[in-house]
Amino acid sequence: MAISRSDVERIAHLARLEIDAGQAEDVRAKLDAIFALIDELNAVDTRGVVPMAHAQDLSLPLRDDVVTEADRHALFQRTAPAVEDGLYLVPKVIE
Amino acid sequence: MLTGTLAELAAALQAGRISSVELTQGLLARIAAHNPALNAFVTVDEEGALAAARAADAARAAGTAGPLTGLPIAHKDVLMTAGLTTSCGSRMLARFTAPYDAHVVAGLKDAGTVLVGKTNMDEFAMGSSNETSFFGPVRNPWQHDHVPGGSSGGSAAAVAARLVPGATGTDTGGSIRQPASFTGICGLKPTYGVCSRYGLVAFASSLDQAGPFARTAEDCALLLNAMAGHDPRDSTSLERPAEDYTRDLARPLAGLRVGLPAEYFGAGVDAEVAAAIEAAIAELRRLGATAVDVRLPNARLAVPVYYVLAPAEASSNLSRFDGVRYGHRAEKYSDLLDMYKKSRAEGFGDEVKRRILVGTYVLSHGYYDAYYLKAQQVRHLIADDFRRAYASCDVILGPTAPTAAFRLGAKSDDPVEMYLNDIFTVAANLAGAPAMSIPCGFTRAGLPIGLQLQGDYFSEARLLNVAHQFQQATDWHRRAPTLASEASPPAPQEVAP
Repeated sequence: MAISRSDVERIAHLARLEIDAGQAEDVRAKLDAIFALIDELNAVDTRGVVPMAHAQDLSLPLRDDVVTEADRHALFQRTAPAVEDGLYLVPKVIE
Repeated sequence: MLTGTLAELAAALQAGRISSVELTQGLLARIAAHNPALNAFVTVDEEGALAAARAADAARAAGTAGPLTGLPIAHKDVLMTAGLTTSCGSRMLARFTAPYDAHVVAGLKDAGTVLVGKTNMDEFAMGSSNETSFFGPVRNPWQHDHVPGGSSGGSAAAVAARLVPGATGTDTGGSIRQPASFTGICGLKPTYGVCSRYGLVAFASSLDQAGPFARTAEDCALLLNAMAGHDPRDSTSLERPAEDYTRDLARPLAGLRVGLPAEYFGAGVDAEVAAAIEAAIAELRRLGATAVDVRLPNARLAVPVYYVLAPAEASSNLSRFDGVRYGHRAEKYSDLLDMYKKSRAEGFGDEVKRRILVGTYVLSHGYYDAYYLKAQQVRHLIADDFRRAYASCDVILGPTAPTAAFRLGAKSDDPVEMYLNDIFTVAANLAGAPAMSIPCGFTRAGLPIGLQLQGDYFSEARLLNVAHQFQQATDWHRRAPTLASEASPPAPQEVAP
């Protein structure tokens, strides 16, 4: 499947990545080469094969529904770009 | 003395021939002398290391020292280390201080090891050459114009250059084994779930696994003893009885069945690499092993499967880097969406962006079945190949990589060419089975060649046994690179974050 410029724009938007216009063609060409490699999978007959999501066939463990972590928000927020009164600051989203 | 193996240094500490403080000071001096040329370390924690060394010496004086007490090690910068920068080789986290320790970091700390620093790596562990790091490439200690492999290239180069006797790495598609191969040391990727992923900054969660680097199999076993173990904080961490990974080291190899898949010995393998692997097989035969032909018919599909699944998981995992809770935030933006896009565009390098885009594409509406589901089905076929093969053999053997280390820049503009370097390593991650690389020779140009040993689930002790017995009969693991003369002036860093 050939990757077009509009594909690149669409997935870059979905991935929340700004792509510099000057680099768009290089990005497209490299993705195109990667998908040529991936497309080798099309030739494989996988009818009836169960998809394998994980190495070990385990059910997810359950734990008691109780608080186990201490409140460490001050420590964790120390690495945030912008914080005020324990809240993360972002640009205004509601007018 | 400073350049001994973990086991040798442990004996020296125990006998009182050196203290942990002396050993740590000596290795810190080696790092100061050689790191400017190698760029293997991105953080050196002199103060923390000396404090830990003093504590280790005190523990020894008090009679509470264990087998790893006082031994200096390094951690790959993808593992969280409380109070130290954990950058993942990325501009995104260049100023990020980890608030807690990864499980494997805590395990090695509890065992008394001395953390001297954090090692350079491909950005977010995405790469096979260590050229995608924001902090500049790591140099191969054997030849500085060659790559050390990746993504754990800093750890591998640091151990190969005898700057530390052991280090941690992580392996999602070969990121421990391929750099071990390129730098002439040992590296082990355990069975998925043996080492907790808590505090390992996620790349592809169904494939990521931490493991040890050292110069000998025995040292890898000692490190793995402190890294493995159940951890309720990682839902994929396996609950099983603790193992002593050194228990089978001395076992003779008589009766060992070594599986040789034709798929690992065909076209594409460099002739010098193939010759070294053949010589290693002959050595194992002399030690009592028998060779068995096995088939891995879907081996060639491992790379395309991996480059669907790993980017898919990465695109999801790396969505957390939004410039809000941690990491880089752009200075100028118009609104929230623009802030996300610019922060991520500035914070991530080209290879990381490429994989996020591939992953986003294969998971996007209308393409999920054709790519993601298809790749998961072929992943099953690859795991089944191994299951069938292990019915007739105990270990599978072949080259770790098709070539020895390549030159810096040789593949950095061709992602597909770079990805094909992982052809022999990715399958073990897809299956979730253990695998290790050990040195087994050199090219005429003087670059190390790695032998890959793969085994069935939970066969780490057997792999370490085979590797240890091989190392009793060979001396490839004792060869050391010649480093540039001491105290050369620091080379300019490519990027000063």
